[in-house]
Amino acid sequence: MYVVADAPGSRSLKLMAIGTLAGLFSGLFGVGGGTVIVPLLILWLGYEERSATATSLAAIIFIAAFGAGVQGLYGNVNVLDAVLIGVPAVGGVVIGTWLQQRLRTRSISLLFAAVLVASAIELIVR
Amino acid sequence: MIGAIAIGLAAGIVAGLLGVGGGVLFVPGLVILLGLDQHQAEATSLLAIVPVAIVGTYTQDRYGHVRRADALLLGVLSLAGAAAGVVLANALSGAILRDAFAVLMMLVAAQLVRRALSEQRLENPGADGLD
Repeated sequence: MYVVADAPGSRSLKLMAIGTLAGLFSGLFGVGGGTVIVPLLILWLGYEERSATATSLAAIIFIAAFGAGVQGLYGNVNVLDAVLIGVPAVGGVVIGTWLQQRLRTRSISLLFAAVLVASAIELIVR
Repeated sequence: MIGAIAIGLAAGIVAGLLGVGGGVLFVPGLVILLGLDQHQAEATSLLAIVPVAIVGTYTQDRYGHVRRADALLLGVLSLAGAAAGVVLANALSGAILRDAFAVLMMLVAAQLVRRALSEQRLENPGADGLD
């Protein structure tokens, strides 16, 4: 692995490319876009994982809020459901972060991957 | 209502535990458990992500992990893409969008499995099956 020293202009261009891709991805799928941002910050800008995740979260505030606003224009946003899942999710993140320090996450990752695949199949056959 | 709260709590725990964002669970949860259509689920998920991202950012920022200038630039530069993505999503039929989302979930699952297996190798370097 190596990190290329960049001219400042090319750094902004890279951030712009990452932002555009992440925004498209987020708007299209209704997710935050961290799946796109985190690996690209690491690969293109030499971020280490922790700061990539943290910086990605901060960018996601803008992306998700704006995407939700545009979706609102289409009348697709169900505000009550968003509050009912969003607020408990904040509590969940605190619990999850606490557990992460105490558990080995490998088997949980594998279990969760299985849940994702099962849900994906459920979506396809639906 | 209890279903929505349960989805939120579960998605939050997984997000905190594994670093996978809430959206990848919010969307299928809203479709499968609450019966929203794919477009409504994606839109609602975006709004639900906002408080999670705010609290997560606040926590990370206290540890000094957030590179604020880059985050701001990324956030602002992503808005056009986000608008285009939403317009594209609404131009697609729910069935196509749902299948595409299912593919995304499988890719995230594959990424998780790969990461879990590489962690295993790091923790236990002798267990590569060579002995």
